Amino acid sequence: MAETGRLRQAASAGPLLSPVTLVRVAIILGALSIWELLAHSGWLYRDVVPSLTRIGAALVDLLSHGDYYFNLGVTVGEIAAALTIGGMAGLAVGILLGANRFLSKAFEAYLYYLGPTPKIIFFPIMIMWFGVGPESKIALGTLSCFFPIALSVAAGMRQIDKVLIRVGRSFRANTMQMVWKIYLPAMRHPIINGVRLGLGMALIGTLLAETKLSNKGIGFLIIQAYSTFDMPQMYAQLIVLFVLAIGANALVGRLGGLANIKSK
Amino acid sequence: MSAGAPARGSPWRAFAPAATGLGTLIGFLLVAELLIRIGVINRFIVPPPSEVIESFGRVIVEEHVPRRFLLTLSECLTAGVMITVFGVAGGVTMHRYKLLQQAIETWVAALAAAPVVLAYPLFMVIFGRSAWTIIMIGFVAALPPVMLKTLEGLAGTRKVLVNVGKSFNLTQNQQFWKILFPAALPTIFVGVRLGLIFALINIVGVEFLINYGGLGQLINDLAERYDLPGTYAAITFVILVSVVFFMALEKVERWLRPVD
Repeated sequence: MAETGRLRQAASAGPLLSPVTLVRVAIILGALSIWELLAHSGWLYRDVVPSLTRIGAALVDLLSHGDYYFNLGVTVGEIAAALTIGGMAGLAVGILLGANRFLSKAFEAYLYYLGPTPKIIFFPIMIMWFGVGPESKIALGTLSCFFPIALSVAAGMRQIDKVLIRVGRSFRANTMQMVWKIYLPAMRHPIINGVRLGLGMALIGTLLAETKLSNKGIGFLIIQAYSTFDMPQMYAQLIVLFVLAIGANALVGRLGGLANIKSK
Repeated sequence: MSAGAPARGSPWRAFAPAATGLGTLIGFLLVAELLIRIGVINRFIVPPPSEVIESFGRVIVEEHVPRRFLLTLSECLTAGVMITVFGVAGGVTMHRYKLLQQAIETWVAALAAAPVVLAYPLFMVIFGRSAWTIIMIGFVAALPPVMLKTLEGLAGTRKVLVNVGKSFNLTQNQQFWKILFPAALPTIFVGVRLGLIFALINIVGVEFLINYGGLGQLINDLAERYDLPGTYAAITFVILVSVVFFMALEKVERWLRPVD
């Protein structure tokens, strides 16, 4: 009864006017009002909290410049390269560790404890090894995303239904056939989850490296806006970056979810 | 080794994987040392591991590592106290007011996935180039897991425990302090542990990036002076500190977790 009542109420009120939406709108409006109040109050140093109109104008200005898309392309390219290299390496190591208990016991602890350490501190080494160009950013991104992918794949390998492995063996599948026909399809969810985590890490690694030392890319633009104290521009940069980062994360998660639905 | 299979619990069986792991690491370092000494790897890019090990003592004494370590630790602990207080309070508030939970839970989850550390220039503008910039980034980056885990712990309290509380006619406050909170405590600690790991990663990273504070700055300093063995030693030291920190947190968590 209660359920039907709630359903009827939801249907009549419509999703736009649901209490949850109202609370969300109230929180957003409240936050924006406080922001605008702070911007005009003079309590903080000028431009630390610029007015919303100035941030909006900076956002339009940013998105209407071709230069931004060039830098975005550079960063996306670096992240894609890092994710490809780190992902492949992580996948190979993960399969190896997941398939072999001895290797897992010998080496997985190293990966497990090295995984969460701050990777940006390796940047000086990456600069020495790969130079100051995009290569060092790709290398740092690769290092960042390797660990979550390897650990996720190794854990996924161990969760594969033993029956599937026995089926593969009973068909006398060779190692490559086992990988392509059994292991990879059976653990697509841990792989996608690993890629999702890895994407976040690669993104952070690459962009932080760009803010530290570079002459192109989104990280460079952000630190340039900071250096020239162009706060509306910096807020605009960060807003676009966060929207893109959260969107990319959600997209990979959605892909994982779709695969889940199809399998059912 | 005697003929036939070794006994199931024999010491070799127990230590073989660990010995292999450690042996591979030592072997790797020896090969690197050899390749650097014969000139295959440029020693001005990769210093010999022996020089890195030698420079440990020098770096620790000359670069005031204990003081830096305490500074980074204090930043971590300050962020840790803040995420525990605000994260648990946030999780409890979300649990108590369902409407608020429905409205903002996805936002908190999105914040957990957001690369907060990339906003460090913004924090520098607000808090200046100070320890508070570092602490606040650690705090904001580490807050969402504590909130979400607190919520998960409270929502996951077994129905039978809640019913026991109801049968004793407990007030809402008593129900919270006697039933919900103790039942959620292990999950809350998982959140605090995750939060502390996030805080440490971000704090050391930002120290390096803004060249201020403790261990992160040490690496930046040494790299800028092109003290290669020192840089490698400092990076190894920070990695070791992080690993010991994670292991200690795991131990505390296991100690706190009740036996099911």
